[in-house]
Amino acid sequence: MNLSRARIGERLIEAFIFLSGWSAIFGMAAITLFLLREAAPVVPRIDWHEFFTSTRWIPAPARGNEPHYGALALIVGTLTTTLVAMLVAVPTGLAAAVYISEFAGRRAREFFKVTIELLAAVPSVVWGFIGLMLVGPVVSEVTGAPLGTNLLTGGLVLGLMSAPVIVSIAEDALRAVPDSYREAALALGASRWELVHRVLFPAARNGLLAACLLGLGRAVGETMAVLLATGHANQIPHSLVDPVRTLTAAIAAELGEAPRGGDHYRALFVLGVVLLVFTFALNLAAELVVKGVRRRGRS
Amino acid sequence: MSPSPFAPTAHERHKEAVTARAHAVTLAATVALSLVVVALFVTLVVRAAPALSGALLWENPADKGKAGGLWAPLIGTVWLVVLSVLLVTPVGVAAAIYLNEYARPGPTTRVISLAVTSLAGVPSIVHALFGLGAFVLFAGLGASLQAAACTIAVMNLPVVIASAREALGSVPHAFREACWNLGASRWHTLRTVVLPNSLGGILTGVIFAVSRAAGETAPILFTGAVFFRAIPDGVPARLAPYGLDDPFMALAMHLHVIATQVSQMPPERTYATAVVLVTLVLLINSVAVVSRLRLRKHRKW
Repeated sequence: MNLSRARIGERLIEAFIFLSGWSAIFGMAAITLFLLREAAPVVPRIDWHEFFTSTRWIPAPARGNEPHYGALALIVGTLTTTLVAMLVAVPTGLAAAVYISEFAGRRAREFFKVTIELLAAVPSVVWGFIGLMLVGPVVSEVTGAPLGTNLLTGGLVLGLMSAPVIVSIAEDALRAVPDSYREAALALGASRWELVHRVLFPAARNGLLAACLLGLGRAVGETMAVLLATGHANQIPHSLVDPVRTLTAAIAAELGEAPRGGDHYRALFVLGVVLLVFTFALNLAAELVVKGVRRRGRS
Repeated sequence: MSPSPFAPTAHERHKEAVTARAHAVTLAATVALSLVVVALFVTLVVRAAPALSGALLWENPADKGKAGGLWAPLIGTVWLVVLSVLLVTPVGVAAAIYLNEYARPGPTTRVISLAVTSLAGVPSIVHALFGLGAFVLFAGLGASLQAAACTIAVMNLPVVIASAREALGSVPHAFREACWNLGASRWHTLRTVVLPNSLGGILTGVIFAVSRAAGETAPILFTGAVFFRAIPDGVPARLAPYGLDDPFMALAMHLHVIATQVSQMPPERTYATAVVLVTLVLLINSVAVVSRLRLRKHRKW
């Protein structure tokens, strides 16, 4: 009797474990479904050609006027801030990963790893605040731009935020190269740099690429930092110090004012779907790239 | 006198010079990254200094945050974190147990792993849209503490799954085999052998989730956080001022609003709010970092 009750308890717990095993799939499916559900009613009213080629984003027009859903400036805003961020984060991040993995002594490695890990934990609203109050004024002083909140400021802050992601994943990728590779290269008389450049880079190529893709994903999806630091102008930037607006910032800035269930509200969900598709593609690419590493490693 | 046969050749000297340069450049990148950040945070603290005091933590905000302290948003953040972690931990740990202990490697496990990494890559503003559509409107929770906690819980699910899976994976397989050989069932083995040996690692992951939940802004903007809500001043009521159905104040939201929407905000108060938020998040995070380092050092196998 006692035994069977224990068995029932065990079955229940195992049922919970099996159900939870699928929770990530449920979560991903629910996010996709709810975004599509909220976005769907406005979709027939969106001119897709306009969506991707026009910068006229007027989702809540004055009475009597037609709304326009041209998201080009927002998409370009996201791409340009991300590009600036990657120009900062990829070289710095990869160099730091090489130093921490290959040149640093044990103590220096632990110190920098912890520092960079803490860096990754700083909340994004604080990064936005730093961009607004500290980086912005410096940028506007150096470049003579009228506003401190612009493409360059947003990109720099995003770069600082993405660098830790790149460092930690790239460092893992370099560490994952078997030591026998290092020993073989050194035995052939390679210098440390030759080892890094001729042996480790090719061997860890996919992992390094995945690190960059995941850093890119973080920059594309970042919201609060760009909301505070890029200056909100729905335009295609013509210089590094023009203010821009990104997809994420547009959603965060407009969702509060858009009446629930209205076309404007639903159009913001359409932007959300675009973002979701974009980041999912980046993650999938990173995943496939890493899979490539494993397959080659086995052969 | 002829040169020593072991003296470096020009080629070798060149190689060493290139290596030295690479060492210097990569070191410079690492130090620059750390220094920029240290400089930014020192500036934050220096500018916040005039407003930092014990009263800042203990008093409730008044006059749109221009006076008083940060107690109401601080306790709101604490409750948000506690609720979301209570929601996500059982599911996340069970999912990790499923992936690591029950599932056979195959297409299903691969799809689940892909779902975990994809979920981790979903932008925070998309989580906000999801929370608004699913919890606030569809489930009818309204903009409330519980809706925000659910949204943050979904966001932290992959964090908890990934770290718990790593913790379970670090328990040697021989431990399980030994237990099975004594006739124990799978669940019994888990409960008495695997979980006790991976508890530290699982807790570390949960602490990471806590620190992330404390700092997030976008997912709570539209799901329940508000800029101002009067809360009672008496001592027991101060500790639990918000009901599950109530909108609540949160530190990250507070910083966002006073930094962008309140005119004539004394700047040192905004800096002080940022410092309190960063300190809170980094303190929680360093607990996790230190506990992980200790775990690695004290591992028995």
